[in-house]
Amino acid sequence: MTKYITKRVVYMFLSLFLIASFTFILMKLLPGSPLASAAKLSVEQREVVYEKYGLNDPIPVQYVRYMGNLVQGDFGTSFQYKNVDVSYLIVKKLKYSAILGAQAIFVGTIIGIILGMIAALKQNTIWDYGSTIVAILGISIPSFVFAALLQYVFAVHWQILPVGLWDGWTSSILPSIALAMGPIAIAARFIRTEMIEVLSSDYIMLAKAKGANWFEIAFKHAFRNALIPLVTVLGPVAAGLLTGSLVVEQIFAIPGIGEQFVKSINSNDFSVIMGTTMFFSVFLIVIILIVDILYGIIDPRIRLAGGDK
Amino acid sequence: MEKVIEVKNLELSFHTFAGEVKAIRGVNFEVNKGETLAIVGESGSGKSVTTKSIMRLLPESSTEFKNGEILFGGKDLLKISEKEMQKVRGKDISMIFQDPMTSLNPTMPIGRQIMEPLLKHQKLSKADARKKSIELLGLVGMPKPELRMKQYPHQFSGGQRQRIVIAVALACNPKLLIADEPTTALDVTIQGQILELMKDLQQKIDTSIIFITHDLGVVANVADRVAVMYGGQIVEVGTVDEIFYNPQHPYTWGLLSSMPSLDAAEDKLYAIPGTPPDLLAPPKGDAFALRSEYALKIDLEQTPPMFKVSDTHYAATWLLHPDAPQVDPPVGIVERMKTFPGSRYYTGNAGGAN
Repeated sequence: MTKYITKRVVYMFLSLFLIASFTFILMKLLPGSPLASAAKLSVEQREVVYEKYGLNDPIPVQYVRYMGNLVQGDFGTSFQYKNVDVSYLIVKKLKYSAILGAQAIFVGTIIGIILGMIAALKQNTIWDYGSTIVAILGISIPSFVFAALLQYVFAVHWQILPVGLWDGWTSSILPSIALAMGPIAIAARFIRTEMIEVLSSDYIMLAKAKGANWFEIAFKHAFRNALIPLVTVLGPVAAGLLTGSLVVEQIFAIPGIGEQFVKSINSNDFSVIMGTTMFFSVFLIVIILIVDILYGIIDPRIRLAGGDK
Repeated sequence: MEKVIEVKNLELSFHTFAGEVKAIRGVNFEVNKGETLAIVGESGSGKSVTTKSIMRLLPESSTEFKNGEILFGGKDLLKISEKEMQKVRGKDISMIFQDPMTSLNPTMPIGRQIMEPLLKHQKLSKADARKKSIELLGLVGMPKPELRMKQYPHQFSGGQRQRIVIAVALACNPKLLIADEPTTALDVTIQGQILELMKDLQQKIDTSIIFITHDLGVVANVADRVAVMYGGQIVEVGTVDEIFYNPQHPYTWGLLSSMPSLDAAEDKLYAIPGTPPDLLAPPKGDAFALRSEYALKIDLEQTPPMFKVSDTHYAATWLLHPDAPQVDPPVGIVERMKTFPGSRYYTGNAGGAN
């Protein structure tokens, strides 16, 4: 197991190196500069700024310097804010996104699993159709439609929750619900399909033949076997949600990292773009590693090579 | 003899998109204490469905019991509630399935799977259930049972897994064990071992067995009595010797003739012509008549009743009617019958049946 994880971590750094290099090159290929919108600056002033930030050096030199700093954990400073460290900016903004994302994933997965289980156990009844409809709506209606609807109902009409901005935990409820629709739909669909398949398998028949009741069959025998595909799809979904949803954050005016990312691209804020990209990448890679380890915990057949016996 | 289970006039249909499939069309049999009844027949003849209906393991939404009763321990298993049925399953009646590769839960250690019925039905404590499970594993011939309790099914071979399934089935000393083709998915040497194990354990815990198979070699090895099923009905029932050496139904003749034999004169293996009947629209009369070269006119019109051959031997064929013409079975079957005292071809000098 340790050997396996070490190997994975080495690969992880290799991937991060490649991602950093590609992003750097792509960014430099983009037209424009951090000062493009600062029209008031004279040519001389621009030169001074470029010189100060090393933007006049040949691109390979900039690349080597940036990577050197990156290895030491220095993401540089932002171009759009005065003297703000990129790492500080990311951590500050990420907090909001991570709270929303974690709540959405947690609540969404649990509700989705419950809906999927009900649908599978009461197959072809009104319960099944109801939960399928919820799943289809959750998948096909974009989150910003839910966001607007929630805002209208809870914030404008009933006025029980804030309409936007970050003002304590209550502000996170509506955006979290809007974000949770995706995980609900995905979990419900995957659990339903997989449970139905598992419930018709031979070992479930044997469990029945041993005298197990429906509860033991559903939860002791079937559930764990039905979880694998869900874990696979939820990994990337979780990474996406935890690192911020641009649209929902915009609608609720949450100062999250999704919003920050787009702002940085618009203003050519190189160091923030790089920092956020690296951060997202690390997040996704770590989550994929966690998913792979989870597989082994759920299903002994895919316990990794060299694992404990 | 004490009857453990009695199936009376069982009729059952499946409702499918194509229509009503009359899977079981009036099945009667009983199993006595300590005996092994083999149910043989080709795929789709209703062997598995019959036994799954004893356990009530058929999908409730599409299955309709039209008639009949299954008497077990003074109760009709078709009438009791699902909750009562759960107390019967795994305790009084247990089951072994065909494919050991898929019949154990892949994400649960085998120890827990064996302990489950013990905890549930015998209300043992965890420690006692564990001890009993280790004992059971030893009983079914698993080396180092303590170590293997914590392992998962994928760490066992097919034969070992079937041993585990047998351990699960025998955990609560059931009165009746239903084995649904337990050796079909295993290779021949392992088959032999599993059959020996089952016979051995049957004596130790004194259980009755319903053994479903399409392998007549296996039948000869394990069974006391044999019921031959065709088209959702039992067409012939008798002791092993009666079925093997004095078969009366043309379908049984066909089955026996299609059994490969080392000393057969011909090198071509006989196969019953045609296909099994379509149970969406079961044929009138004897379901086998359309594939039988011995069919009489009445076979196409009226279902034959069970004619008595001996006290233990019955067959549903019009050939046994007193007015039926005398028909000679295939040569191979006549050869067999010559060795059976009481058959009309008995020659007396072959040393009797064995």
